[in-house]
Amino acid sequence: MEMPRPNSMILSHRAQIVAQLRAALPEGCVIDDPMETRVYECDALSAYRCAPLAVVLPRSTQEVAAALRICHRLGVPVVPRGSGTSLAGGAMPSADCVVLGVARMNAVLHTDYENRYIHVQAGRTNLSVSGAVEAQGFFYAPDPSSQLACAIAGNIAMNSGGAHCLKYGVTTNNLLGVTMVMMDGTITTLGGPWGDGFGLDLLGVVCGSEGQLGVVTEAWLRILPKPEGARPVLVAFGSSEVAGACVADIIRAGILPVAIEFMDRPCIRATEAFANAGYPDCEALLIIEVEGSPAEIDEQLARIRAIAARHDPILFTEAADEAQAKRIWLGRKSAFGAMGQLGDYMCLDGTIPVSQLSYVLRRIGELSVEYGLDVGNVFHAGDGNMHPLILYNANKDGDLAKCEALGAEILKLCVQVGGCLSGEHGIGLEKRDLMPVQFTPADLEAQMRVKDVFDPHWLLNPAKVFPLAASAARRGQAA
Amino acid sequence: MISPRSEAELAEAVASATGPLLPKGGGTRMIGDVAGEVLDISGLSGVNLYEPAALTLVVQAGTPLAQINSLLAGERQRLGFEPPDFRALLGRDGVSTIGGIAAANASGPRRVQSGAARDAMLGIRCVDGQGVAISSGGRVMKNVTGYDLVKLMAGSFGTLAVLSEVSLKVQSIPEAEVTLVLDGLDDRAGLIALRRALGSPYDVSGAARAGGRSYIRLEGMAGSVAYRAGRLRALFDATLAEGAQSAAIWADIRDVSPLHGRAGDIWRLSVLPSDAAEIVATLLADSGGDGQRDVVYDWGGGLVWLTLPAGLDGNLRKALQGRGAAIKLRGAGAAPFARQSDQVSALSSALKAQFDPFGRFAQGVF
Repeated sequence: MEMPRPNSMILSHRAQIVAQLRAALPEGCVIDDPMETRVYECDALSAYRCAPLAVVLPRSTQEVAAALRICHRLGVPVVPRGSGTSLAGGAMPSADCVVLGVARMNAVLHTDYENRYIHVQAGRTNLSVSGAVEAQGFFYAPDPSSQLACAIAGNIAMNSGGAHCLKYGVTTNNLLGVTMVMMDGTITTLGGPWGDGFGLDLLGVVCGSEGQLGVVTEAWLRILPKPEGARPVLVAFGSSEVAGACVADIIRAGILPVAIEFMDRPCIRATEAFANAGYPDCEALLIIEVEGSPAEIDEQLARIRAIAARHDPILFTEAADEAQAKRIWLGRKSAFGAMGQLGDYMCLDGTIPVSQLSYVLRRIGELSVEYGLDVGNVFHAGDGNMHPLILYNANKDGDLAKCEALGAEILKLCVQVGGCLSGEHGIGLEKRDLMPVQFTPADLEAQMRVKDVFDPHWLLNPAKVFPLAASAARRGQAA
Repeated sequence: MISPRSEAELAEAVASATGPLLPKGGGTRMIGDVAGEVLDISGLSGVNLYEPAALTLVVQAGTPLAQINSLLAGERQRLGFEPPDFRALLGRDGVSTIGGIAAANASGPRRVQSGAARDAMLGIRCVDGQGVAISSGGRVMKNVTGYDLVKLMAGSFGTLAVLSEVSLKVQSIPEAEVTLVLDGLDDRAGLIALRRALGSPYDVSGAARAGGRSYIRLEGMAGSVAYRAGRLRALFDATLAEGAQSAAIWADIRDVSPLHGRAGDIWRLSVLPSDAAEIVATLLADSGGDGQRDVVYDWGGGLVWLTLPAGLDGNLRKALQGRGAAIKLRGAGAAPFARQSDQVSALSSALKAQFDPFGRFAQGVF
């Protein structure tokens, strides 16, 4: 993956930059020891690594502003970082950048159950937001699979989704407002605890802007009352096509499960060997979860059972109790880990129209043979967000390049059938150069003009999202 | 008047314009003094794609809402965000179009459960102030590819670009609907009841108050609706309105029918639900208004529709005390945008300058 050549002027002024940051921030907030900055050399896209110039870990919005003002004045690029769980390289540093981590800002500032929101510092982890309101019977809906570790700041940057967004939506649908620091150190509030501000939806465009428009330090999040209960079923099929048709029929019937997850044979096998969740050896399986009181769950599952029966399932298992429910989810939740046991893998994230499921799975199978790399599929079938996992060997010469080429082919296929390059992981570094597959130069220009407004010198996370060639002139403006 | 028949003609019309333009769908929900040569979008009409099993609809921006509603109803589907019809409220005639709905982010009572128009919008195509066609988003349910210009355009009232196509997520019409009707409560108690219902696990799809009554809507499978109605009736003293009777209540709330024909300015307030009763009481004391006839609360109290005599703008700002936002839909000085902080205002103006550098679309609005 090509990165812009580090700015030698910045590299040569390293000592002065660090000294200025140290002078402005409290003790222990600036890291420049190369042994320690290495910790920040990559995110969850670990194939690419580069230690930053320095790392700052502020403890307040004011300290974030102070750090950004210095970097702005000195023309130093800044890469914002939540918990570093990005699968797209969104938090990957460059050698001439300062990594600005918000992980120390993790406090709950206010909870308001009557108006159903929580106000948190953005370094707080996703799961601990739900944890803070759980005792009162509430939860925060977006649930990316890294939710134990990932920060709200990163969720907002990538507009993260999760398994349950079929019913509850993704981050943007559950975000009420943010406090954000812009590259020049200006602190601004977008949205707030009430609904409409009656202005341009700047919050909507900041959400999903991959840390390129500002550093979000606080957020107001919608919390929802927890349903009375939930129950998953496991349905196994003899072919992926049939499983896909079953998904379409369920949605067409007007049933809205909270999740419909899909796994194919390579994934099922790997998962069974790793987690032993008790999945049958079959071509495709669905995990469908519904919510409500026991009677409401029965009502929904009876209909789902009737629809599934028309597709001759090999197996239809309802979770009889909490333990069985956990086992059904166990396999799905350990799928990535299980594939990791088989070797290195790259996780893709394209979305397709659900009507194209069968065709796309068949084409992925053909491409897998063509490239000689195994591909397992595990994904959110209800909304067409696919996660093909391409297995490769990082120690074998040329394997990573081959894997990247296959990944690009699969993502192009997603766009070709009416879908997109990324459903929930973001573009980051990984898919930056594929953007012209989905967008015209005019589309990209419109997006880059938005960045021009928020960050005129292109210092915030600059070499991401847009193809390097497309953003070159703008990045050249950096002092 | 310019009447393009295609996105290419629309782009050409904007590119070759020499003065201000006024993009117009059906003209049913424009707010305030708008000027310019009318750019009539009604010629961009028609369904480009409808996949009921994928809950996806892609339509040209000038397509009438009525046509979309009847197409969806044929497959037992609907627009989940329940777009309001403002014709009677604002004294307009004309045909509401999907482009106008998107540009106004026009959303009805179901917003508390299913989200606003902006949340149902999967993608857009539009033409910016230089006549360049731009696309953002797409037609799939989950999409984080590039910046979300869809949200930026939703509710921008045609100030940045003219919409030419909108992709929408639709939803199935549930088999049952009931409304709990709570009578005999004052505003304060009636709104507390709505907040309790919204904080319950019973998946409320409407929570509104008008004419001295509070309304709580439940939708879904028949058994589930009956169960949840029973649970909520254990909390509240309520009668039930079912089927068409329930639908009529929500059509009135959606279209703000209780305020139709009332004199004065029409305001729309966005506040914390728990502040709504007090803010409204202060304003009614100032105006001498009738709480049962001049106010509609929706979204559990987070949205307030209010008629006030002309000239009370200062009183309204004072009552709000920065605890929310307000716009005037009808009356002197009506405008679609509220006053923003200096930073937000500067960012909005700078975005406007990027998308519409020659000022073809409405000026001086941020």
